[in-house]
Amino acid sequence: MARARIRVLVAKPGLDGHDRGAKIIARALRDAGMEIIYTGIRQTPEMIAEVALQEDVDVVGLSILSGAHLELFPLIMEQLKQKGVDGVIVIAGGIIPEEDFPALYHMGIKAIFGPGTPTQQIVDYINKVMAEKAKS
Amino acid sequence: MPSKSKSEWQKSTLEPALKRSPERQERFDISSGIEINTLYTPEDIDQLNYSESLSYPGEYPFTRGVQPTMYRGRLWTMRQYSGYASAEESNRRYRYLLEQGQTGLSVAFDLPTQIGYDSDHHLARGEVGKVGVPIDTLEDMEALFQGIPLDKVSTSMTINSTAPILLAMYIAVARKQGADVVKLDGTIQNDILKEYIARGTHIFSPRPSMRLTTDIFAYCSKHIPRWNTISISGYHMREAGASAAQEMAFTLANGVAYVQAATNAGLDVDAFAGRLSFFFDSHNNLFEEVAKFRAARRLWAKIMEKRFGAKDARSCMLRFHTQTAGCSLTAQQPYNNIIRTTIQALAAILGGTQSLHTNSYDEAYATPGEEAVTVALRTQQLIAYESGVIDTVDPLGGSYLLESLTERMEEEARQYIDKIDALGGALAAIEQGYQQREIQESSYRYQKDVESVRRTVVGVNKFISPSPKISGLIRVDPEEERKQKERLARAKRNRDQAKVTAALNNLAEVARDTENTMPAFLECVEAYATVGEICDTLRSVFGVQREFLVF
Repeated sequence: MARARIRVLVAKPGLDGHDRGAKIIARALRDAGMEIIYTGIRQTPEMIAEVALQEDVDVVGLSILSGAHLELFPLIMEQLKQKGVDGVIVIAGGIIPEEDFPALYHMGIKAIFGPGTPTQQIVDYINKVMAEKAKS
Repeated sequence: MPSKSKSEWQKSTLEPALKRSPERQERFDISSGIEINTLYTPEDIDQLNYSESLSYPGEYPFTRGVQPTMYRGRLWTMRQYSGYASAEESNRRYRYLLEQGQTGLSVAFDLPTQIGYDSDHHLARGEVGKVGVPIDTLEDMEALFQGIPLDKVSTSMTINSTAPILLAMYIAVARKQGADVVKLDGTIQNDILKEYIARGTHIFSPRPSMRLTTDIFAYCSKHIPRWNTISISGYHMREAGASAAQEMAFTLANGVAYVQAATNAGLDVDAFAGRLSFFFDSHNNLFEEVAKFRAARRLWAKIMEKRFGAKDARSCMLRFHTQTAGCSLTAQQPYNNIIRTTIQALAAILGGTQSLHTNSYDEAYATPGEEAVTVALRTQQLIAYESGVIDTVDPLGGSYLLESLTERMEEEARQYIDKIDALGGALAAIEQGYQQREIQESSYRYQKDVESVRRTVVGVNKFISPSPKISGLIRVDPEEERKQKERLARAKRNRDQAKVTAALNNLAEVARDTENTMPAFLECVEAYATVGEICDTLRSVFGVQREFLVF
């Protein structure tokens, strides 16, 4: 069932405090008419999956700059699956070397947006995949 | 006939010229919201009183620099911040950098060490050794400084919530080396307020955290008098999006809070204020940055003299470290970052910095590789030895633009500090989310300006071309985490558990009371208690602080 507004959880897994990007994305998505849940820094995989479930989100955006993505993202995907919210679209951003992209796509991350990505590109991406999802 | 005043020039020469061809932009602004005019003349600084506002280098209010000869006497300390996946690897890198002519060490710790979790804690998974070196026990610290005589180098440690523990370990290693502890020279960041605002490695609630800070002031003034007990940092607020004026203002306001806390705790201002140091960012707008550094020195001197009644000139001296702007580095066309860093480094040097870290061009991808770090260090050496900008003190002093801008920056900062005072001081303002909100507004405005191409970022929103692939990126082997956990387990097996328990119990007792905590920290680390155990002890006494989240 389509609803009026796309719901997005913007989450910062791990211990790094670099939240400038996450907050900008959150605000840009909100300005684009989406509902944003932003829970702050230092979120565990368990917390992220729990919020995704409770808030019934369509999209989870993960922001990480500490280099721990290859360790933490699989744990998050696993937790989402366990909680039965593996239907959500998971996207990521931060300091992620390109050579890690294939591994992240393989674990189910749908898109990765590196430094310098215009926020509009992310808005457009989310709108597009949500529209496709509504059709299917 | 030449014009006799700026207004005459505007009428007779400028206006006709503008009619023929207008300027490229309607307004020329800097990050601090100050508009830059077409021209600056003596009329823009006719209110400036040389002896009061500028004075001579090495003299109050230190606008032109804290040393009489500045870099003619001694160059700034070239200090590259680094820390690798293990203590041994970091040790190798430090020795390499010292051999390459680096003059001071700067230790990056991994996030679990900074937030007080041992490497085997579940919240540390994936983070061990990622952004710096993991330190669990004194054994790791011994390995980190193996073969580096601690009474002969100066070491900066970026450590905040767990600063007293790492400082205690540093002292303990020095003791073991047989070094003269009185001679230890270095800096700990130890700036908790900006952690709540922007950097996010806080553990405990603010008031006990401030006590740990002032305990360090008191302990060091007695035992390691050359140690810089705090590095009051604007860097991370700027990186989070603050303007230059906000960076300076919020930093000085935090400085006021620390000085106030220490004097409230009964310390004499002149006994500790000379060991306070600062840490600023240097971004791309050269004149804005130089003006910021000069204005910060002048404003801090006035604050220390007028507000806190400091008598010693040293107490009024704002000495600072600078790092070039990580947030200005782009993943697109990464070699452009070398040029950005050069401009930023130049601004720091023209602004009279005491030490400098230049970023590496590959930092939008990963922690820097060896080649990139070397280029960054060479950038500093090139400015020092080839450019000639260091041959005289404060070479831009007297520039109509710079002096005018220095005044404006000081005024902007003063207004912010007044506002923070009205909110009840830096800590109360943080609890109300004031600084966080201001920074977020600036950050979002900047992003909008970049996306609308009101602000140009070369290679990102203009002059776009395919980027060369960066090679030699640093990657931390997940195996390092396992090895560190093993090391921790071994250290725990080899220690005297009764001694550890006694030391931790004593720390809890001291923490509940009011006496200085530093000796208790030393006892803990010398018994090989872990960073995590020590922090857990304090968590139970002090309580923990969640993020002061503003969104």
